[in-house]
Formats: sequence, C-alpha cells, structure tokens
Amino acid sequence: MPEAAFARTEPADQPMLAVEDLHAWYGESHILHGISFHIAPGEVVTLLGRNGAGKTTTLKAIMGMVPRRRGSIRFEGEEMIQTRSDRIARRGLAFCPEERGIFASLSVEENLLLPPAVRPGGLSVEAIFELFPNLKERLRSQGTKLSGGEQQMLAIGRILRTGARLLLLDEPTEGLAPVIVQQIGRTIERLKIEGFTILLVEQNFRFASTVAERHYVVEHGRVIDQFQNRDLPANIAKIQEYLGV
Amino acid sequence: MFELIGIPPQAFFGQLLIGLINGAFYAMLSLGLAVIFGLLNIINFAHGALYMMGAFVAWFLLQYFGLGYWPALILSPIIVGAFGAVIERTLLRRLYHLDHLYGLLLTFGLALMIQGVFRYYFGSSGQPYTIPPLLQGGVHLGFMVLPIYRGWVVAVSLLVCLATWFIIERTRLGATLRAATENRALTQAFGINVPRMITLTYAFGVGLAAFSGVLAAPIFQVSPLMGADLIIIIFAVVVIGGMGSIMGSILTGFALGVVEGLTKVFYPEASNTVIFVVMAIVLLIKPAGLFGRAHA
Ligand SMILES: Nc1ncnc2c1ncn2[C@@H]1O[C@H](COP(=O)(O)OP(=O)(O)OP(=O)(O)O)[C@@H](O)[C@H]1O
Ligand SMILES: [Mg+2]
Repeated sequence: MPEAAFARTEPADQPMLAVEDLHAWYGESHILHGISFHIAPGEVVTLLGRNGAGKTTTLKAIMGMVPRRRGSIRFEGEEMIQTRSDRIARRGLAFCPEERGIFASLSVEENLLLPPAVRPGGLSVEAIFELFPNLKERLRSQGTKLSGGEQQMLAIGRILRTGARLLLLDEPTEGLAPVIVQQIGRTIERLKIEGFTILLVEQNFRFASTVAERHYVVEHGRVIDQFQNRDLPANIAKIQEYLGV
Repeated sequence: MFELIGIPPQAFFGQLLIGLINGAFYAMLSLGLAVIFGLLNIINFAHGALYMMGAFVAWFLLQYFGLGYWPALILSPIIVGAFGAVIERTLLRRLYHLDHLYGLLLTFGLALMIQGVFRYYFGSSGQPYTIPPLLQGGVHLGFMVLPIYRGWVVAVSLLVCLATWFIIERTRLGATLRAATENRALTQAFGINVPRMITLTYAFGVGLAAFSGVLAAPIFQVSPLMGADLIIIIFAVVVIGGMGSIMGSILTGFALGVVEGLTKVFYPEASNTVIFVVMAIVLLIKPAGLFGRAHA
C-alpha cells in the first residue's frame, strides 16, 4: 500500500494551539479582552508586553487556571474552553509559572517527579540531568533551597518528563544571571530540535529574538501587533515603544 | 523510688497507661484534623461526631448483622468515610474559597445534627460493646497487669499514625498530597485530579476518626455524646501542636495524654484542666503551636 493512502486528514498547517477571542476575569476585573493568536507544531512563539499586559493571565487561561474565561482555545483541533485544568494538562500541555512554583514541602526529586506522565515520549530523568546537571547533585535538598537559577531549571525540567508537547513558559529568564539565561536559551534550542512546541512569555525581547520564530505584542489583554523574528531588527523602535523600554 | 514519693507503682503505671490510651485517641483524631485542614483548609468540627458514628456503626453491625469487632474495624471506617465523601462533595466543596470560619460553622452545625439524630434514638446513655475474645484478659508485667485490649489500642493506633506519617512524608502519593496542600491550582494544572484527591483525603481523615471510634467502643461504651466531650480536648491538642504538622499532631497527642495521666497521679485536682493550662501557656509563648508554622 502506498503511504499516501494514509494521508493525514488535517491540513498540514493546522495550528497546534489556536486561541480566539479569549476573555478572562479575576472576580470583577476583566483582564483579557479578546486575545487571539496561534502556534503551529514545532514553533517557538513569544508573547511580549509590558507589566500587567495580561501575558501571565493568557497562559493561565489556556491552562484553565483563571476563575472565568470565554472565547475559544483549541488544542490539536479540540475545544478546551470548558475543560478543567487537570484534563487540559492530560491532553499534553504543560505550564512553567513565572514564580516557578517549586514546592517547599517537596525535595528536588519529588518536585521533579510530581507531574504525572500524560503521554508517552517525555524526556527521561537522565536526559533532564544532561540538560541541567546541577539538579542531579541536589536531589535530596528541599526544593526551595535551590538557587533561583536552579529552581528555574527544576521548574522547566519537571515538565519535560510528562510527554507534554506544548510548553507554556512564563518569563523563564526573569531575574537570572546572564550565564543562566544562556543555558536556558540553549535548552530551548534543544527542545526545539526534540520537536517541542513552545509558547514563551518574555519581557526580554533580546532573549526572545534568539529563540523564537514569531512574536505577538500584548497590551490590555489583546494582541496589538505581531512580527516575524527576521523582521525584528527593522522594528526595534516600534517594539521598544510597545514595551516601554 | 515510688515509695519515697508516696506513690504505689501500680497506680503510677496504671495512670501512665490510661494516659497513653487517651493520647492514642488524641493523636489519631488530631492527625485526621491536621490532614483535612492542610488540604481542605477546613477545621472539621464534625470530627467528634464522626468518631461517635464510627463506634455506633460498629454497634449496629453487631446488633443487626452479627458482624463483630474485627469486621467492624474495617467496615466502619469505610462506611463513615463514604458518608464523609458525600459531605465533602455536596457541602464542603462550596466553602473552599471562603474564610475558615464558614467551614467551622458548617461542620459545627453538622456535628450538632448528627449528634441530635443519635440522641433522639438512643438518649444519652451508653450502649455496651464487649472486647473481642482474642483481646480479653491481661498480662502480668511484674510491676503491673496490662489489660491486653488497652495494649492493643496503644499499639495499633501508634502503627496507624506512623503509617499515615510515612505515606504522607515518604511516598509519591504523599508528595502529591503535600504539593496540593501547598499550591492546589498548580498541582491540578500538572494533570493531577485534585478535586478527587480532596474528597479522598476528607474520607480518609473521617475514616480515621471512625476507626478510633471502633477502638474506643469497648473502652468507653457507645454513646451519642462520646465525641462531643472529646472534640474539645482534641482542639486544645491541635492548638498546642499547631495545625498542619503530621508528626507534630502525633507527638502532641501522645504526649498530652501522658501529661494528663501523670497529672492524675501527682495532682489529681488539675487533671481535667491541665491540657487547657498547657494550651494557654503555649499560646502565650508560641501562638502558632509547638510544631506549627506561623502564617503570614
Ligand atoms: N489573581 C489576580 N487577581 C486579580 N487581578 C489580577 C490577578 N492576577 C493578575 N491580575 C491583574 O491582571 C492584569 C494582568 O496581569 P498579568 O499577570 O497577566 O500581567 P503580565 O502581562 O503577566 O505582567 P508581568 O509582565 O508583570 O508578569 C494586571 O493588571 C494584574 O493586576
Ligand atoms: Mg506575568
């Protein structure tokens, strides 16, 4: 039988994640005002924007972690706007929060092994130690006794084991020394080669431009502009204005 | 030595044993409260009533189904635990986003209702429940006679407490529970079914209370108010130990039982109040409790 008989039913350019007209609220405050964007499989895409623009809220809304949301979030073609956060994770999304979310009552090893495998094909623990050798030496330590950089490695490392294919990383370089930022940059490169799809929130657009293919600029809970990475140099002034830097 | 201070060794060890027995119940009940409070953020005032229910279920099983102590020791925690799961699903779940006070009020109301129903049918007198034949009698230890049943209660509750501690502090399941206790939303966003875990944790804490109730049935009789008397002391134990520490609740429970027993030997007048005196002192010196972490 020729391979073509088993041609994929979905178009090849179907986005892995498609967010459309997404609204989110914290109590009475309306934070996301119809944000829309998409990511193709294997892409690295960033959300750029000032403090309070709604980047973290966007990631949390995708993960089902906001109290109220409306609109559409389709992952691999399936609607998730009504889905509970643990079931969203089980579909193959994983979240690395801005504050890192390392558990103080868990050891490094327990933190690393906490997220259950949701799909086959996650990185092995050994592969994670290869990416982040520091973790291996600190397995027995309390999670929050690690340095800021090591905590960030742990926060990224633990979601690589689960088999999730779409990673939501919220400002992974925030507050870290340049060498660690470089290490995280190399890690993202590696993950790209491994075929992970990454939605990256960044304020540091210089870092973003070294790893991402496309960028969305977020303001007041919606996308106000977008760029291909190769067009970035021509738009520096504009972006600096958007980000207020 | 005992002759010197005028206390016969038989009385001393007798009270020490009673202290250990009471301490066993304090430990198991405050342990359940700590586990529930940790994950659900609810101070389970219904704990005493559920302990009483555990004893009554054992009594019912014997009266109506001819099932004795050993099956009751397994079945009663399961039955009462299932009742707890229903309470969690239908009532407690609505309160998690509110202040502790609401959970306290709701479970206090539940305790009154449960006790009210049992009092309506049984009055306030106790139903006897006999010690299973295997555990009747006593052994001579030289300095005293140890009733086997009492030794059994101390041993089995110590075992249950340590097993609970081990599961929570040393296993993968326990790590998940600790994570959910610390950050429920993030733990759930990793794909862990936290709502189900909360239901099972409440059922476990409640089942532990029912288990204590079955253990208590042959010692204290089965009466509708057996839990009401105990819960006040349990709360003092929890305040002294500090909410949230598993080993803390176990140690504080046993230690206060012993302190209470020994007070009966050395200064009987204070034996009913000594726990509350300790509580007052601890609150003055370390308001978060001996093992508690201060909250922001
Ligand atoms: N839990 C919350 N309750 C109420 N308001 C919130 C909550 N979290 C965020 N907000 C508000 O929502 C808005 C967007 O916040 P968000 O954290 O999404 O911004 P951000 O783009 O990630 O900013 P930063 O770059 O500082 O991380 C802000 O005005 C913030 O004050
Ligand atoms: Mg943010």
